[in-house]
Amino acid sequence: MFKVKVYTTLKAGVLDPQGSAVTNSLHHLGYEGVEDVRIGKVMTLTINSTEDKIEELVKEMCEKLLANPVIEDYRYEIEEVVAQ
Amino acid sequence: MRFAVIVFPGSNCDLDMYHAVKDELGADVEYVWHDETSLDGFDGVLLPGGFSYGDYLRTGAIARFSPVMKAVIKAAESGKPVLGVCNGFQILLEAGLLPGAMRRNQNLKFICRPVSLIVENNGTIFSNGYELGQDITVPVAHGEGNYYCDEVTLEQLKENNQIVFTYKENINGSVERIAGITNKAGNVLGMMPHPERAVDSLLGSNDGLTLFKSILTHWRERHAITS
Repeated sequence: MFKVKVYTTLKAGVLDPQGSAVTNSLHHLGYEGVEDVRIGKVMTLTINSTEDKIEELVKEMCEKLLANPVIEDYRYEIEEVVAQ
Repeated sequence: MRFAVIVFPGSNCDLDMYHAVKDELGADVEYVWHDETSLDGFDGVLLPGGFSYGDYLRTGAIARFSPVMKAVIKAAESGKPVLGVCNGFQILLEAGLLPGAMRRNQNLKFICRPVSLIVENNGTIFSNGYELGQDITVPVAHGEGNYYCDEVTLEQLKENNQIVFTYKENINGSVERIAGITNKAGNVLGMMPHPERAVDSLLGSNDGLTLFKSILTHWRERHAITS
């Protein structure tokens, strides 16, 4: 069993309208030191697999569905857990 | 000419699309459910707007893997006209039939109103009935219509005349005010504005009807040559 966390964010050069709105809001609250906010997603996957190619599998899922490589970057953390 | 209107769970402009083709254009049209695997017998494919799969994950990301999409890709590759409107455009982007991606609108608002579009290319299957540079009025209704592509892709779009419609004014932050593009071959069009909602002047505009008429004109000309 694996617990996998996938993080997706808009690529560095892509304007993030939500991030800009949150940056402004933080400025209004007095946090003027905030230079940039990027909004992303976290997905937690529980994968029942004994496969030793788990990383390849996760990468494939990210490329195919979980992230859109045109505008998003992704990274993941894989943790092996003992099945309950 | 026989059209298919693809219906995904969460499509909500399918009836308008059907009405535009059936009642205003006067062509044959049928609904095709997303789990069908064949589009044989159809001459054109229409992907309507809506919120397929609740827009979960990303707009169009899950619909793109519906069984029918293999048949849509096959139709596109065989040169049949494929039109994706709004969510249909987003699905075509996710499916890789068109280049680029959509972001949230620049002002984060859902924009729902008639807008002015400029016809940038009237040499396509979809736009042959318009004048070049014509200013047309077509409604938009989207929260994620902020078109993005990188510089290289933008240059290719320009070089190949793939930009068909632009917004007269920047409404959502799209790169170069892009509202609609075709693939390189010119038989797949994706656009955020809704031509199917502009087919009757009683309801504000019939500028969208010209788009459907263009498809039919092209098909008839081609059909006349080959038969």
